[in-house]
Amino acid sequence: MENITSTIQAVPLNHYILLSAIIFTIGVIGVLVRRNAIIIFMSVELMLNAVNLLLAAFSSYSGDASGQVFVFFIMALAAAEVAVGLAIIVMVYRNTSSIDINILNRLKW
Amino acid sequence: MSLFYVVAFLSIIFALLVIFTKNPVHSVLYLIATFFTFTIHYIILNAQFLAVVNFIVYMGAIMVLFLFVLMLMNLNKDTEPMKSTLLKVVGAIAGGCLLVTLVGSMKTLSSASTTAMDNTGIGLVENLGKVLFSDFLLPFELSSILLLAAMVGAVLLAKRDNKTA
Repeated sequence: MENITSTIQAVPLNHYILLSAIIFTIGVIGVLVRRNAIIIFMSVELMLNAVNLLLAAFSSYSGDASGQVFVFFIMALAAAEVAVGLAIIVMVYRNTSSIDINILNRLKW
Repeated sequence: MSLFYVVAFLSIIFALLVIFTKNPVHSVLYLIATFFTFTIHYIILNAQFLAVVNFIVYMGAIMVLFLFVLMLMNLNKDTEPMKSTLLKVVGAIAGGCLLVTLVGSMKTLSSASTTAMDNTGIGLVENLGKVLFSDFLLPFELSSILLLAAMVGAVLLAKRDNKTA
């Protein structure tokens, strides 16, 4: 415990912000460049996790437990979102025999 | 101190591998590795409850969901049609612009709270439980309704429709 606490005191909060920004950006790039619906979904999970880590870091550095409670709620929400989203992907695959999102371009109109 | 940088480097590498691997099954496995590095981050932050929940929810439930859907659809071949190179470059540039914006806005922050650190252990199960069941009791109960709705919705969406089939 003492070791962990002294470990974190050496890391500035800015580095956590930088790490979360990088992971979030990787998620955004994944959504933009891939066409597989499941990979896009995983990129969204990456973005959610980046925000979770940043909330937990802010909570730890400011000594307020509310941030970690928010992370807990986001995790519950992510579990629900994954279940519904994968059900939608299964339905799309059943109707089109593919999970290429370009087949769904009629949703734009 | 160096442990954070090693784990952060691994997080970024695995996250990049998630979006640049052709095979979807390998992508899921790299995603699990990314989640594991996030669990280590939570332990470093002394948020032990979040570390355990992250381990169980993400590396347990969500991994099983993704892998089952991939196996049910028989998608473990890299036959995905890729976007054109132009669109990939444009997407990467757009993401890079977002990163520059985020980092640039971070630079204007005051770095007053960089060294303030608690020794009270707010991330332990006991303290988080007290906060969760006193201040956040109503959202906690509402999240159970959310999970119930998600369960019903997932079953309804994924059920095969007999009339149209």
